[in-house]
Amino acid sequence: MATLPESVGMPAAGAVGPAGAPYPVVVVDEGGRVVELNDAASALLPAARIQEPLSSPAWLASAHHAAEHREASGEVGDRYFSAQRSSLADGGTAWWLVDETAYRSVAAELATERERTRFLAEASSALLASLNLDRCMEVTATLAAAHLADAALVIAPTRARKLPVVVCDHLGQLSQATVSSKPEAVLGLAEALRGFPPVPSRWIDPATAPDWLVPEGFGEVGSLAITPLPGHGVPAGALILLRRARQTSFTASEEAFAGLFAARAGAAMSAARLYAEQNVVADTLVRALLPPALHQVEGVEFAGGYRASVETELIGGDFYDVHPPGEDCPETLAVLGDVAGKGLEAAVLTGKIRNTLHALLPMADDHARMLRRLNNAMRGSDRVRFATLVLASVRREDRDVLLRLTSAGHPVPLIVRRDGRVEEADTEGTLIGVLPTISSRTTHVRLAPGETCLLYTDGVTEARGGPVGDVMFGEQRLKRALAECAGIPAAAVVERVQMLTDEWIGEGRHDDIAVLAVTAPRGAHLSAVDGTTRGRYTT
Amino acid sequence: MTTTSAPGRDGEPVRHRGGARLAAPERAEQAVEWMDKLWTAVRTADEYSALDVIDNALEAGLAAETVLLDVIGAVQHKVGVEWAANRMSVADEHAATAINDRVIAALPRQRPATSRGKLTVACVDKEWHALPARLLAETLRLRGWQVGYLGAQVPTAHLVSQIHRSGATAVCLSAALPTRLPPAHAAITAVQAVGTPVMVGGLAFGTDGRHARSLGADAWAPEARAAADRLAAGPLPRPRPPHQAVDDLPHLADQEYTMVARSARSLVRETSQRLERRLPAMRSYDDEQRERTAEDLAHIVDFLAAALYVDDADVFTGFLTWTAEVLTARGVPAHSLLPGLDLLEEQLHDFPRARAVIGTGRAELATRP
Repeated sequence: MATLPESVGMPAAGAVGPAGAPYPVVVVDEGGRVVELNDAASALLPAARIQEPLSSPAWLASAHHAAEHREASGEVGDRYFSAQRSSLADGGTAWWLVDETAYRSVAAELATERERTRFLAEASSALLASLNLDRCMEVTATLAAAHLADAALVIAPTRARKLPVVVCDHLGQLSQATVSSKPEAVLGLAEALRGFPPVPSRWIDPATAPDWLVPEGFGEVGSLAITPLPGHGVPAGALILLRRARQTSFTASEEAFAGLFAARAGAAMSAARLYAEQNVVADTLVRALLPPALHQVEGVEFAGGYRASVETELIGGDFYDVHPPGEDCPETLAVLGDVAGKGLEAAVLTGKIRNTLHALLPMADDHARMLRRLNNAMRGSDRVRFATLVLASVRREDRDVLLRLTSAGHPVPLIVRRDGRVEEADTEGTLIGVLPTISSRTTHVRLAPGETCLLYTDGVTEARGGPVGDVMFGEQRLKRALAECAGIPAAAVVERVQMLTDEWIGEGRHDDIAVLAVTAPRGAHLSAVDGTTRGRYTT
Repeated sequence: MTTTSAPGRDGEPVRHRGGARLAAPERAEQAVEWMDKLWTAVRTADEYSALDVIDNALEAGLAAETVLLDVIGAVQHKVGVEWAANRMSVADEHAATAINDRVIAALPRQRPATSRGKLTVACVDKEWHALPARLLAETLRLRGWQVGYLGAQVPTAHLVSQIHRSGATAVCLSAALPTRLPPAHAAITAVQAVGTPVMVGGLAFGTDGRHARSLGADAWAPEARAAADRLAAGPLPRPRPPHQAVDDLPHLADQEYTMVARSARSLVRETSQRLERRLPAMRSYDDEQRERTAEDLAHIVDFLAAALYVDDADVFTGFLTWTAEVLTARGVPAHSLLPGLDLLEEQLHDFPRARAVIGTGRAELATRP
């Protein structure tokens, strides 16, 4: 019986012989034959025989014969051992076998959990990035195909007959389609789309999957899992995972994990859907309040520019409109104004004023009367708000443009002459919506070709900034800028004024800014155009 | 800084396109004659003749893309050159741009039946030069993309909300002035954070696209055709995960950009006052002349800030040499810029990077008359 020496580096082992050791121990002599097995080792390795070469397990035998002395580990039956070597004084070797089965399985579980946590974190940030439903569906399908299955389909709930589907195939290629199929055609799909708990994957026979479910070139479907995508209060759709025939089918743990992923994907898709729905509402309302796109009306150039005080908004308390001549009014009516206040609330009021003025168009031949009516209408409304505005009735006479201008408490329009002179229109009047009676004075202006009349709101002149900061842009700077704008098209005048005020403001805050230019065209066309079709030469 | 008192100035402070040089584009032979015709129409601010030139060019068999880029684009390029050479006023320039804009709107819209996908084209916040982006948007439409064109100076928040709405697979951002590089960086980072790749273009990013790389854009194109070719070649790479601007530009940690950008207006004020003490001639300036001088200084400070942001002195020297050429064309000696630079450097004595940038600029100017 060999005794272990004192100096093997394992102090506890020095005092204990293999027989009493708490681990299986195999002692092998110099010639490679087994010379001793303790009870634990005999039980673990029933094939091992004293005086016979160590042959099983193979990983231990090869470690024993290896030139370099290394730790070895491997399976014995359904368990997993590591083997530590101790060299003995007589040239033999003692192998201590340590059972690491439990440790290994915990480590593997930990690695899986870490991998899943990392995936969920990545998935969450990828899903949260976009508020676009199509993109969310694409991200969901891509992530699911890459991490959970060979291919994945995301199906959005719909009231339409066709199912909107995003597919990420086994090659990672995305495609979108609408499928004319009832969800009932796939076991578990209708339930998932209605938010019922998922049908276990093992109940679903992959052979029953309809053709549209299987990407081209995918081959035989081995297993199929369907998970609902839970939304905020309503189902956000369903996730279908496909695995090929030679892959392992979905385990319960994998299905549960797919559920965790689906919860995140569903929340993101729901948020995207909500965002889209609210945008449709907001866009519809804002569209009615947006300043109109302008060009030419009856041979007169109109151009407008708008910048809301709130950078992310498209609308505010300034407004302008151009109404082409109609049955009841022979002239074009241009309006530009400013409602007290900012943001959405002011914008809503501009909508009311614009509508009222539209209805009052037949009396545009008398600006004072039109303004009185508007004043009455505004004073009648609940919310006490006031507005200032300018009315400009415009018509063409030969190559000139004739204007009737009336200001109601608004900065007076500026006229840019061909020689660069800038004149103030001689009009004034009371602001609208405050006093029971108002007065106004209308003026007549004639524009020769290339001359411009500019209507603007005080957002231009009261803009603060400049190279040294906190200086008001002011009327003088505006007039100087306009003096350089003689003879250029209306759109260019507007762009020039907008650009100068924008540069003046720099990074600073500002009020709503609106500019409207009316210009007598310089070109040779005498046109009766509606702003979309082209005119004709008169010669 | 005697720019406004000199003869020959049209009273317009130097505010356009400074910093990057306009390279003459190559263009198809037969486009040249149409370009000349359009130029004549645009130069006389005659919108109708301009529209007729385009109609006739299309009828003569010129491809729509050629008309767009080699006729209209070439005219717009010439506008910039003529302005710099003082042969065109800034109002003329606006007029020309307005007419080009109208002409583009009137181009026929035949579109391929199937769409290649959705793209968004926009100018970065504060960028007014919209035409290059417009030309790109129209080129991409002609090549079968569904394009959302958002126009000039798009606030980044608005751009991001448009991407959410449209679900565009990529964004093309345009910036002409290097002073727009900081907002361009903010826009690139924000768009990437919503998982959408960004291609950038325009003179601001340098003729070799160096600033596109330093700001972490996913692609860069020198002009519209190259951009369209790149997008046709396949999807842009997925953007990096969300990150902070300072991750791309670690030198920003020294706070020099922040300090110069934040105190820009007071720097200009102080420099103007010191300039007045130093140059007796300035004391006889009227308010308008003083303001022009202050505006010129403000541009110098803005370009200095941009150079500090991307840590590239060329942004600053490029602007100075370009300004020097513009001044020379208007009969003002380039060395008139030097006293302002000296005074700025004095005030920035605690900022080594800023001082180095100003030093490089001054050395460059010193070589000029």
